[in-house]
Amino acid sequence: MAEVSLRKVVKRYDEVEAVRGIDLDIADHEFVVLVGPSGCGKSTTLRMIAGLEDISDGDIMIGGDVVNDVPPKDRDIAMVFQNYALYPHMTVAENMSFGLRLKKYPKAEIKSRVDEAARMLDISELIDRKPKQLSGGQRQRVAMGRAIVRNPKVFLFDEPLSNLDAKLRVQMRIEIKKVHQKVRTTTVYVTHDQVEAMTLADRVVVMNHGRIEQIGTPNELYHNPATRFVASFIGSPAMNFIPCQLEDAAGKLQVRLTDKLAFPLPPARAARYQKVSRTDKLLLGIRPEHITEASAHAEEAGVENFDTVLDVTEPMGMETLIYFPLQGAQVCGRVNPNAGARDGAPLRLAVDLNNMHLLNEVTGAVL
Amino acid sequence: MTTVTLDKAAPTRKVKYGSMSRDRTWALRWSYLFLVIFAIFSLTPPVYMLITSLKSSAEISAATNPWWVFHPTIDNYLGLLTSNQFLRFFWNSAMVSVFVVTITMLISVPAAFALARMRFWGSTVLATGVFLTYLIPETLLFIPLFKMFAVIGDFTGIQLINKWYVLLILYPTLTVPFCTWIMIGYFASIPKELDEAAIIDGASWFQTLTRIFIPVALPGLIAATIFAFTVSWAQFLYPLVFTTSTDQLVMPVGIITTLIKGDVFNWGQIMTGALLGAAPPLIIYAFLMDYYIAGLTAGATKG
Amino acid sequence: MVDVALQSSQAAVRTARKQSSLRNLLNRKSTIAFLMALPLILLIATLVIYPAFYAIHLATLNKSMARFVGLGNFEFLFKRETFWLVVKQSCIFAITAVVFKALIGFIVAHFVHNIPAKGQRKWRGMLLVPWVIPPAMSTLAWLWLFDPSYSAFNYTLGLFGAGPIPWTGDANWARFSVILVNIWVGAPFFMIMYLAALKSVPDQLYEAAAIDGANWWQRIWYVTLPMMRNIIAITTLFSLIVTFANFDIVRILTAGGPLDHTHIFATWAFRVGIEGSDIPLGASVSLFMVPILAVAAIFILRDISKRGNEA
Repeated sequence: MAEVSLRKVVKRYDEVEAVRGIDLDIADHEFVVLVGPSGCGKSTTLRMIAGLEDISDGDIMIGGDVVNDVPPKDRDIAMVFQNYALYPHMTVAENMSFGLRLKKYPKAEIKSRVDEAARMLDISELIDRKPKQLSGGQRQRVAMGRAIVRNPKVFLFDEPLSNLDAKLRVQMRIEIKKVHQKVRTTTVYVTHDQVEAMTLADRVVVMNHGRIEQIGTPNELYHNPATRFVASFIGSPAMNFIPCQLEDAAGKLQVRLTDKLAFPLPPARAARYQKVSRTDKLLLGIRPEHITEASAHAEEAGVENFDTVLDVTEPMGMETLIYFPLQGAQVCGRVNPNAGARDGAPLRLAVDLNNMHLLNEVTGAVL
Repeated sequence: MTTVTLDKAAPTRKVKYGSMSRDRTWALRWSYLFLVIFAIFSLTPPVYMLITSLKSSAEISAATNPWWVFHPTIDNYLGLLTSNQFLRFFWNSAMVSVFVVTITMLISVPAAFALARMRFWGSTVLATGVFLTYLIPETLLFIPLFKMFAVIGDFTGIQLINKWYVLLILYPTLTVPFCTWIMIGYFASIPKELDEAAIIDGASWFQTLTRIFIPVALPGLIAATIFAFTVSWAQFLYPLVFTTSTDQLVMPVGIITTLIKGDVFNWGQIMTGALLGAAPPLIIYAFLMDYYIAGLTAGATKG
Repeated sequence: MVDVALQSSQAAVRTARKQSSLRNLLNRKSTIAFLMALPLILLIATLVIYPAFYAIHLATLNKSMARFVGLGNFEFLFKRETFWLVVKQSCIFAITAVVFKALIGFIVAHFVHNIPAKGQRKWRGMLLVPWVIPPAMSTLAWLWLFDPSYSAFNYTLGLFGAGPIPWTGDANWARFSVILVNIWVGAPFFMIMYLAALKSVPDQLYEAAAIDGANWWQRIWYVTLPMMRNIIAITTLFSLIVTFANFDIVRILTAGGPLDHTHIFATWAFRVGIEGSDIPLGASVSLFMVPILAVAAIFILRDISKRGNEA
């Protein structure tokens, strides 16, 4: 068990910088998820921690030791790959014990470790099968078992669930969480799926263009995103961004969307945005669940009503997603299935400004 | 628009449907007919070898129906299999082939692994070079090689010409490039994550090769082995040029130079010898046909 | 992924700070890789590339190899009638044989592909036998089938009142015979390659073509051939090289006779270089194979790299 630290880590391929100076401290026992769109450098970062890629600059420390030039096998890590990377000619037991056998562990210990890991992952009865005879989910378990038996300082997962179908992915997600609760090994997990990141992580690291956008717990990222990228990447359906401007009206601050539509800000928000320039081009960031049908709200502070005509509605069963245009943006809201939302129908909506965000349109910073 | 075309097609459609299955049956009949013809064409020489090998010299010179054995005899087989000379050819061939297969694998498997996975300065050029080398026929090289070995003999006193083991140096030029090429193909098709997993599990490069790559690419290895064996067994030009003493000859050259004595052709024995010479590749082919064909098609379909 | 590894080594070179890691890298990977490939490099360098250039050197010497004669050997060859016979016969032999091998291979592959899948293995197995038998051995069988006095073919023709045919005795019949044997040996290779290619054409394409109203000939022309173009090209070029450089069949069947009419470059080079002990002249003869081999090789390489790009 160990903490992992990255200090100004850079990865260059010829002229391209894939990773541009990352600082990250991962505590012992922590489950950290690196998430971001493809090409954001998350996998490269993981592979540098594993030692599969050399680092161009900076330092990587595992358990306090700088491991920049330590080969992968001496870093005491285990890795689970996207395509499982099970050795096709070995049985499940052989796959799991390969690393231990190379290190010349006593036979009895290998057996007890493999048996224990198999029991933990519920694959005891598959132990003599070849990978070819296993389903995708079972292969994934074996790949995890191979990591567990090594009892390493750090687990590294490289998009381990992306080859599974949606249903199995949810199931394995829970499985991974259970395993981590049992073994408590420091884990770095890479995924492009923000749901996976949110559900698994103690802390989520959102990456974009080789840089870290934000580090935080899932709830921090969701409720207090630092940048427009994080705000739009986390959450589904994504946050709405509506062009707007701040203005003073009768001593109170309000956010103006169109000539006819402006919302007065609730006191807490008004205080926060007091210093923002009134001429800046801004975006009003509001999550779909904060745009609901007006009838759901009795007069609440900070909740403002307005009328619109819906473009499209998507009934999801427990709720209906509605879409309507506003200031050139396609805005999404979530209403009760009984709210009477129909394609092309007018509807009175309520927006909860207590949960609004204000972003600078140019810099993308959340104010 | 679509309805119009459908209407037009409708009357002919019916007839066509009826004839579809009839067409199919006829196509099948024609296929079988031609396949039988081609099979006869393919199998005539080996079958004729067998027929002749079962005949005595007297029956052959009597010029009876050549396609039939009236008095089958295994004298030709007994004669050859008890002849020290013939057994010597067989032994030489076997030794040369086994050694060449071993040498080929020792050279081409590590090289293919290095070229497919590790990459070093000039490795891409080398991979192409390996393929080009495979395209250079032995008929282009036998004269300079002959002279080279003669010169080496003159300068160092190491006589390689007219020794069976000179073939151990020559044959790998025919087997190694192709085997390396197809092994590169097989190794390259192994997912990259597999060796990364092995590295993380603590395997060295050598262990990755022996414990992961070779077992996983075993079908390719078998195909390459079969190729190396059949090429060494069948090679005719090099032993014809480089070996002359009867105790140094391998099967193909031995049969042709010793069984054909001047104008006296003992056809019964020649055909028996040819059949015995063809037997090892045929037996391997019979048992490992799929690997044989995989190796055959790998040259153009891999890489 | 492999390129990444290559690039990472270059990146490390540029970063001066990483001197130790560079050394590590060399120790770990490139050096080991180079050492693993070294036997291959040595083999190719000493036994293929060196002799190839040595052949050029040899071709410029006189018969006793004591004097440099420049292009003298070539001038001598150009004046000899036999040389031009060999050039002509080599081209006739290679082109005719390859064309027929390709055609027969294509047709047979189609028939094998046509029949139910469970029988295909058996037929494929039988039809590939000529390729498996060492050519030197099978050519002996053909030699016996063509025997001037006991030819089994002539016996069979005699039953129909035809023949006898001087299979290896008459110049034109001998040319026919060596080509026939070459086709017999080589056609199965084409058959196997085409069969593999046919199997790789997705059935949906034929079904789509059938729905579009294509008859079987149109299906071959518009679906099969375009899909197989690459394999056909590569196989043909391969075979062209091998056939052009053939030795065994001609050597055993006719030994170049009658009167040098069936000699091709390889057998004639053997005749003058080894049997006639004129190594420089033999080397000169064999060098005439280089241009056509080079052209074929360039086309093959282009095809292979093209496919690499597609993948």
